Amino acid sequence: MNMINAVNICKKFNQLEVLKGISLTVDKGEVIAIIGPSGSGKSTFLRCLNRLETIDQGIIEIEGDVLVKSDAAGKIHYAAEAKARQICRRMGMVFQQFNLFPHLTVLENVMEAPGTVKGLARETILPQAEELLHKVGLADKRDVYPSRLSGGQKQRVAIARALAMNPDIMLFDEPTSALDPELTGEVLKAMRKLAEEHMTMLVVTHEMAFAREVANRVVFMDNGEIVEQGTPEDVFGSPSHARTQAFLNTVVR
Amino acid sequence: MDYVAGILPSLLDGTAVTLQMFFATIVISLPLGLFLALARISRFEALKSAVGVYIWLFRGTPLMLQLLFIYYGLPFVPYIGVRLPDFPAALLAFVLNYAAYFAEIFRAGIQSIDRGQYEGAKVLGMTYVQTMRRIILPQVIKRVLPPISNETITLVKDTSLIYVLAMNDLLRTTRALVQRDFNTTPFIVAAVFYLIMTLMLTWLFQKLEKKYAVYDE
Repeated sequence: MNMINAVNICKKFNQLEVLKGISLTVDKGEVIAIIGPSGSGKSTFLRCLNRLETIDQGIIEIEGDVLVKSDAAGKIHYAAEAKARQICRRMGMVFQQFNLFPHLTVLENVMEAPGTVKGLARETILPQAEELLHKVGLADKRDVYPSRLSGGQKQRVAIARALAMNPDIMLFDEPTSALDPELTGEVLKAMRKLAEEHMTMLVVTHEMAFAREVANRVVFMDNGEIVEQGTPEDVFGSPSHARTQAFLNTVVR
Repeated sequence: MDYVAGILPSLLDGTAVTLQMFFATIVISLPLGLFLALARISRFEALKSAVGVYIWLFRGTPLMLQLLFIYYGLPFVPYIGVRLPDFPAALLAFVLNYAAYFAEIFRAGIQSIDRGQYEGAKVLGMTYVQTMRRIILPQVIKRVLPPISNETITLVKDTSLIYVLAMNDLLRTTRALVQRDFNTTPFIVAAVFYLIMTLMLTWLFQKLEKKYAVYDE
């Protein structure tokens, strides 16, 4: 069974076609890096998977459950709200802008969803939350508010917060793009650790070194389409498409 | 000094009326305002416009007119036609008027929260109600405290409008004393009473703002 099965995803913003029939299947434990120029639709595709954006056409299945499906007439059918929420909850997400809850401490940020959504008792959640903070190297910041953290620390809290819901899949939407260059390393390290634990990961990124070293598969998107995909060696070493070559020439020096 | 001591009991009686009206209005209009704000930003177009019209009506006409209409006019409205006693009539006018203002304050506060907060909550599996209760509204409270504080202090003084319904609040009691004794001292004492009430509120809101200052955004 595929973790994610996306078939022919189409999406328009008003008249602008941002996704022109994207199909992608993700197996358990795969780490996929989605690269491409800005405006290529890679973030939008990721956001469609957990219905932060709605699609106009196509099928999305998560672990075999249909999140959305368009029928023969082209009409789109989303799973009922509760079911859709339950499906999407299996995917954790990390945003470019962190989106931590500023009124909650680091520990409370991590504990919020398991308590509110799953209804777990504080005593049950606390050990796991502390362990997750330890894992991302922020155990000593547990009682601090997010505004007191650096960007890299915020993003590591965001990772811990997503992991607290025990997701089967992690989605990363340009997790290091808002960070100062010297802070990207600590976030990438946390992500690398996750990959080593065989978490299924979809990473939209501009970090070519990370894509090359950590990903099992690299997907190159341009202009709302998947132009080329393959192992990092293939895509970076011998890109078969002119658009891929042109893009790599601009980012890899 | 003896004169002031002599008028204090009646001024305190008036203050009691003023405070009753103030607290009753706050306790009802704050939650009502929040509820109206949520309706105003909901997906239901009919509800949105209905609340829009309501807010327009009650912010767009004088509070005094609303007071007079509810007390003197309501009995003659077809189908409704109730005559309310003075306190409930005044309370209804204050609640309807202040809820309209509070609704706009809450709406502005809710809409000032970054979209990313909703998305962060959504991807964690929270429902709309959970998101509002746990993530959005706690942050809204911090942002709306200053304007709410403003409105609340205005309300203390606005309660004096009930003199038009011949209710013996602080101001009307004071005026009666001035007319009886040909002495303007009661005005000064009343001013001190109002100042004490608003000072208490100022302190209360400062305390609240301090409490919410533990985090920055």
